[in-house]
This record gives sequence, C-alpha cells and structure tokens, in this order.
Amino acid sequence: MSVVEIKGVTKTFARGNVTALENIELELNTGEFVSLIGPSGCGKSTLLRVIGDLTPPTAGSVTVNGKPARQARNDGDYGIVFQDSVLFDWRTVAKNIALPLEMLGWSRDRRRARVEEMLDLVELRNFADHHPWQLSGGMQQRVSIARALSFEPALLLMDEPFGALDEMTRERLNLELLSIWEKLGSTVVFVTHSISEAVFLSTRVVVMSPRPGRIAGVVDIDLPSPRTVETREDPRFFELVTQVRELLRKRGEHLLPEEAAELL
Amino acid sequence: MVAQPLRRAATVAAAALALVGFWELYRWIWTSAGWTWPFVVDRTSMPHVWTIFRAFGQPTQVNQPALITILFHKSVFTGKEALVGFAVGAIVGFAIGIVLAHSRLLQRGFLPYIVASQTIPILAIAPMVVVWVNPKLPGPLQGWGAVAVIASYLTFFPVTINTLRGLRSADPRALELMRTYAASRWTILWKLRVPASLPYVFAALKLAATASVVGAIIGELPSGLQDGLGGAIINFNQYYSFEPQELWATNVVAAALGILFFVAVVVVERIVVRRAPENVA
Repeated sequence: MSVVEIKGVTKTFARGNVTALENIELELNTGEFVSLIGPSGCGKSTLLRVIGDLTPPTAGSVTVNGKPARQARNDGDYGIVFQDSVLFDWRTVAKNIALPLEMLGWSRDRRRARVEEMLDLVELRNFADHHPWQLSGGMQQRVSIARALSFEPALLLMDEPFGALDEMTRERLNLELLSIWEKLGSTVVFVTHSISEAVFLSTRVVVMSPRPGRIAGVVDIDLPSPRTVETREDPRFFELVTQVRELLRKRGEHLLPEEAAELL
Repeated sequence: MVAQPLRRAATVAAAALALVGFWELYRWIWTSAGWTWPFVVDRTSMPHVWTIFRAFGQPTQVNQPALITILFHKSVFTGKEALVGFAVGAIVGFAIGIVLAHSRLLQRGFLPYIVASQTIPILAIAPMVVVWVNPKLPGPLQGWGAVAVIASYLTFFPVTINTLRGLRSADPRALELMRTYAASRWTILWKLRVPASLPYVFAALKLAATASVVGAIIGELPSGLQDGLGGAIINFNQYYSFEPQELWATNVVAAALGILFFVAVVVVERIVVRRAPENVA
C-alpha cells in the first residue's frame, strides 16, 4: 500500500525564476525508508516540504495516506524532524516531547505514559526534566525525533536531521534511528547529502540532480536487515555506495565544482 | 554556589562605598582648593553623606516622628500607587502588544499614536487625568487612583513595544513545526509566541518597574497629594537652602523604592523565564 503518492510535481519559485522541482513522480510504500540525496539546490528539501504541505507545489499533486497533503497535515498524519532540533527552550525535555500530544488534546495521564515510552525509546529517561540547552546536539536531536514520533504518525519526514552533528554521533544516531524504525514500522522520508548515510539507512535511495530538480535514478538497497556496525564494512555496502555515487556523478557534469566536491 | 550571592552582595556594598568615597573626596578637594567650577561646593549643594543619613533619625519638626518613619509611610503610599500603575500598565501594554501583533493594519494605524503618547510630558497630562479619573473613582481609590493611572501611562509603552518585538522573535522553523500540527493562531500564540516573547517582555518590565515609581511621584505633584514621596519632595524643596539633607534623604528613599521594584521584577523573571543563559535579554 502506498503512503505517499507524488504525481507530476513541479515547483518554481517566482523569485529568481528557479525551477526547484520538475515533474517528480514517486511512490512510497508502507514501512519503507526512503532517502532523498543530491547536491545543494537539487530540490530534495523542497520535495520533503511539498510532501508535508509546508510549500504548495506549482503543479501536480501529493497524496498522503490517500488524502491530499493539506488534509493529511491537518489530520496530523506525519511527524517532522528538521536539521536543527527546534526544541522549545522554555520546556523541559518531557514537555517538548508532549507538545504535539497537547495539541491533540490528550489527557495528562495519557501524555505522561507516552512521554515515558518515548524517553525510553530514545534513551533519555534520566533527562526528562532537563532543559534543551543543557543537552548535547545529538541528545537534542533525539528529543526532536521522540517528539515527531510521539503521536505515532504513519509518516516521518526528516530534513537532514544529523547534518549538524559530528561523524561519530551521526553514526550512533543512525543505528538508533534504524532500531526505532524497525520497532515502530513507520514510513520514513529522509533527506541527506551523505551517500553512506543514505545507503546505510534506506530501503531505497532516490538520487536527485539540480537545475531543474529531477529524479536522476532510484537505487534499491538490498542490504540485510537489521543493519549493524558491520554493515558498513559489507562489500555489498560499498557496491551500493558506488552505484549511488555513479548516478550522482553522471548527473553531476553540470554541477558547480564545490557542489561536486561536496558529494564525492 | 553558596558563595555566589555573598560575593554579589559584597560587590554591591563595595560599589556603594566607592560612590560615597568619591562624593566625599570630590567635596574635600573642591572645598580645600576653593574651586567653584562647575558649581560651588558647600553644605547646601553637596551635604556630607553622614549628614544625609543622620537626617533619617531626626524629626523634621518638633514633636514629630523621625524622618525615616515619615518617609517609610510616604513610600508605602507611593509604592501602592506605583504597584497598581505598574500592574495596570503591564497588562494593558501586553494586551495592546498582542492585538497589534496580529494586525498589520491596526499596527500601522495606531503605533504612531502610541509613540506620540510618550512624547507628551507626563506633567502636561497629569492634571487632565486627575480631573477625568478622580470623580469616577470609588471612595477608597480617591486621590491615589488617579496617580496610579498616571504611573500606568508611563509603564505600558515599553511593554507594548517589547511585546510586539518579542512576539515576532519566535523561530520561523518553530512556527513551521506548529503548522505541521495544524495549530490554530490562538495555540501558536500561547504555546510559542508568548513564551518566546518573555525575555523581551521582562526587559520591558524592568524599565517599566522604575518608570512606574517615577510616574507615581510625578503624578502626585498636580494631584496635590501630601501622603506620598512626591508631596515630601515638593515640601523639602521649599526648605532646601536650610535643610538640604532632608531632600537628599527623600531622594535616597525614592531610589530605594525604584530599586525594590526592579529587583522584584528580576526575581519573578528568574522564576518564570527558563532560557539558555545567552538567550536571556
């Protein structure tokens, strides 16, 4: 069953006359983990925002859970994680996680029980009463993930969630995210510009190219599940990384040098 | 950790001592050198610090309580006016800020007049306020109620301006996050914009706290009220050339009242605003 259906989506920005997305066709099935990867300006974040109805498409349609994206947003069908954790400074960790539950009108007891579950899930039980600024960047992002998942949305949208973190924290959080995903079985759309991260996490990698933003190719990731630290040393992992890289390179002939450098 | 408040108190005491030392040193140099620029230094222009403080313990007239007792009662009276004025001004100022933040049109239309309201000297408005407000007030509010209104007139302005600024300070991505929850304007206001504005609002409340005391003192002048510090200042002004220390002592009390208001706001801010240390305005 498809959770997200993107049909002929085009997005142009009047300012600067930029075509961010051109005729995108993509379908995401239940339980899939799909990464969108490409150089800056390829429209991967814009595509994510179109799915979440944070930006309307200029043409085409997006369906989430069989509903128009607008309806899905109003129904709280997805959770979102940005590159910055966007936690509310004045709320404790527990209260930040409870924020969407408050919006949904959950009772205090029900909220408390769910927050406890989420704290266990992201292993922050001892930090429930801390304020965000007392946490490291990696912990803040875990809170942000817990907040996005707290109301069990069918779809999780993640916009370079680990982009601001150091390599070691990033790899640890990749593993944590995978175990959460396996436990909850939600569908994930994950924007990144790290090839190895995309291959390691995903069931499918969608490679995008810029100006105008298009899908350059889709790579099915057939690595065995569950993925572990050893997966990164699997020969098949390197083959897939190379495959994604080739796709990016082929489409990268008209990249600016610094964009190419960022990817290779 | 325990040592920190102590160290802070010591710093404040040291600064006070330094000021007293500077005052007396200046006095001593100017009088012994016979300098007259920028003004002649004598017991009228700059009474000794100890003369001022001794005045607290002495009655101003025979068979009257000590000055400190009189000033205490007067500052309670002025403090009451200032507190009510501060509360009214803060609430009204915050409400105006919220209304204006939600309508560009209202903001464009009314903000110039709100700014203009503060360019009119309070002394010019005070008599009108007394004439308008006093007859409408119930018995227990007679007299001082109008002064509280004058104090609130000085208070609301910084609160309105900073509330407006503070409500707009919410992180754009946090607003986007609220959109993903399909949050209503009202929810966004209470769960995001207002909490985000609090550091700004408290910065304004600190200004408003001292302004409310000044407003109450000035408001007492045209009201002809004798029960507050304003009345005392007018009174001691007339005897300044004979007993300058009494006016100085009154000024010290007025300053202390303003500081008390300021500190009260700081204490509430500590309790209410939980922010990363670098984000506290």
